Amino acid sequence: MPKKLLSDQIVNRRAIFLAGMRDTFPLIVAAAPFGLVYGALAISQGLSEWLTMSMSLFVFAGASQFIAVTLLASSAAFPVILLTVFIVNLRHMLYAATFMKQVGQLSQWLRLPMAFWLTDETFAVVSNRLLREPKMTGFSWYYLGSCLAMYSNWILCTWLGLTLGQRLPDVTQWGLDVAMVVAFVGIVVPLLKHKAHWACAISAIIAATLTYHWPHQTGLLFSTFLAIGVGLLLDTKPAKVDSNG
Amino acid sequence: MDEWMLITGMVVATFIPRYLPFGLAGRINISPLVVRALNFVPIAVLSAIVTQATLMRGGDLSITLDNHHLIAAIVAFLVAYITQHLFMTILFGLMAFGLAKWLF
Repeated sequence: MPKKLLSDQIVNRRAIFLAGMRDTFPLIVAAAPFGLVYGALAISQGLSEWLTMSMSLFVFAGASQFIAVTLLASSAAFPVILLTVFIVNLRHMLYAATFMKQVGQLSQWLRLPMAFWLTDETFAVVSNRLLREPKMTGFSWYYLGSCLAMYSNWILCTWLGLTLGQRLPDVTQWGLDVAMVVAFVGIVVPLLKHKAHWACAISAIIAATLTYHWPHQTGLLFSTFLAIGVGLLLDTKPAKVDSNG
Repeated sequence: MDEWMLITGMVVATFIPRYLPFGLAGRINISPLVVRALNFVPIAVLSAIVTQATLMRGGDLSITLDNHHLIAAIVAFLVAYITQHLFMTILFGLMAFGLAKWLF
């Protein structure tokens, strides 16, 4: 019966969507303080409330929003801000490239919101899921569930932050960004399975320390590429060739 | 500065890197070497981000008890290594941060 099949499909999609939201929950907990601090910082640097909110609504890129606020406060030139934001966001290109195989089967229209909502957190959750289940069904629903959880949380926390920031001016000094640090540690460590993975992580740590003072976070990009190179060199076991592929 | 221009510029600057690979997906073939390299992306990027947010406090290398972020990161590493559980890692990492702030 086609009708029964259709309703089964919808229930299944909803379950996959909710699974995406649920798997993102730990990262929401970690991103919440980050959003709070962003809202509070922006207000304390003299940004208007609507500009603070608009960035979260339309730009939706945590690190870039922090950098823009900081650069605005130091009255950096417009092109400098945009170039910095662009460079800091280049890592998303690597993230998106990781999902090209799955995304290639989706409509071009669906790719637009999926690209807009791509973050460190959604990448971490979805790529982790793909590692465990490379042929998962309902990829886009799982992905969008994760995105929606992150997006609504980010907007809510920005609003809370800008409200709170006006009452607790020193909230930006509490070091709440630590939540993101421990979350990222929790994502990376389970991925360290072979010697090549450890070598990749260790070289990223060393390179990031040595290149910290490079302008516009170019050190971050350099360290990333260097660490990927080290990982590839030691990667004796090539990725399994997908026979259906 | 015109705030609308800033928002529009930032939307474009953040959207392009996110969209390009998605837009091209299915139209170009990626070599197996690139696929292998992409497997290392999360480890490389996230390790570098964590390093710069913990080891370098206030612009200088800081390996002291005053560096509460570093203490939290080390505790998080140990918990993650033992439990392999994300939520436990975040929970204990945050508790370590609070404790370090209170103690040191």
